[in-house]
Amino acid sequence: MKCSKCSNNAVFTNPTLCKEHFIEYFETKVKDTIKQNNMIQKQEKVCVAASGGKDSITTLYLLHKFGYNVEALAVDEGIEGYRDHTLAFLKDFCEEKGIILHIKSYQEEVGKRLDTVVPKGRPACNICGTFRRHLLNKYTQDYDKIATGHNLDDESQAVLMNLLKAQINLFARQGPKTKQIKGFTQKIKPLYLMKEKEIMTYSYIKGFNTPYNECPYAKDSYRAHVRDLLNSIESKNPGTKINLINKYLSIREGFSQDKEIRFCEVCNSPCSSQICKACRLKKQVKAV
Amino acid sequence: MKILIERPKKEIEIEFNGKVKDLLIKLDINSEEVIIAKNKEIITLEDDVSNEDEIEILSVVSGG
Repeated sequence: MKCSKCSNNAVFTNPTLCKEHFIEYFETKVKDTIKQNNMIQKQEKVCVAASGGKDSITTLYLLHKFGYNVEALAVDEGIEGYRDHTLAFLKDFCEEKGIILHIKSYQEEVGKRLDTVVPKGRPACNICGTFRRHLLNKYTQDYDKIATGHNLDDESQAVLMNLLKAQINLFARQGPKTKQIKGFTQKIKPLYLMKEKEIMTYSYIKGFNTPYNECPYAKDSYRAHVRDLLNSIESKNPGTKINLINKYLSIREGFSQDKEIRFCEVCNSPCSSQICKACRLKKQVKAV
Repeated sequence: MKILIERPKKEIEIEFNGKVKDLLIKLDINSEEVIIAKNKEIITLEDDVSNEDEIEILSVVSGG
């Protein structure tokens, strides 16, 4: 199949483009997403939440390439045979590109590795996600923005999950850029409109060779079921994911954060109750 | 045709000549979740593959 813009072989369909034109299309679309959502000002300091997977590596690579002032922060949950591979890749990548990398671990922050607290095969996304968000916010207080590798697939899954769980109050927290709230570093998602398939294609062409490694806790997660469902619908009805996101964006402003922001009495992190969820979980984890 | 599938990781050998999209149907793999490389070059669902080719089916789904 030939590229729609030249006579070279296509590497992607819808849009049908060769390597060179695909890269141009991809980078232009990410730049436009950053610009249209007013995500970053040139003088701002951005921390990329990096795992070493294709999404965060692509985010880190592009923000660095576009000339922004970026550093990376990785969280090591302590999952044997999973995070150690991606972190090793991330270290090499940052060293090669001259990007400062900070690594924080559950071991040093919580006192235990995730795999010593939750047996493999048991649900861990709630506890893991709580600590991850807590650490990312805690260690990015000196930055203007946190950039994450969330993509169109992640975001359309999140919208659908919140609908299925009747949690539409969470709609206000989603979107390409979070609102400015005291105590929270503002989050931006430069890959918001890029499909996972596009990111993987870009990553492969660029030779990132990010290791594929599935989290042993994520296989049977609720998100995994929603992901499979959406992918099945998308393959039969292309455009489903972007239509869902466009519809969500058109109504997003109508939702507001319903809870008053307070500050945790233990760690002073922003939260919605006396003690933040991370501190409450930390107490439980220490008792395990 | 030798095929390396990334997720779940396995290597298989089958007889096939035809379009990539038909190969994925035969293997019961959702085209939305993979990209295909033939001899280390990415190809599209509309491209042809034959028994002499080495194919990689790479997962686009994030692992976490």
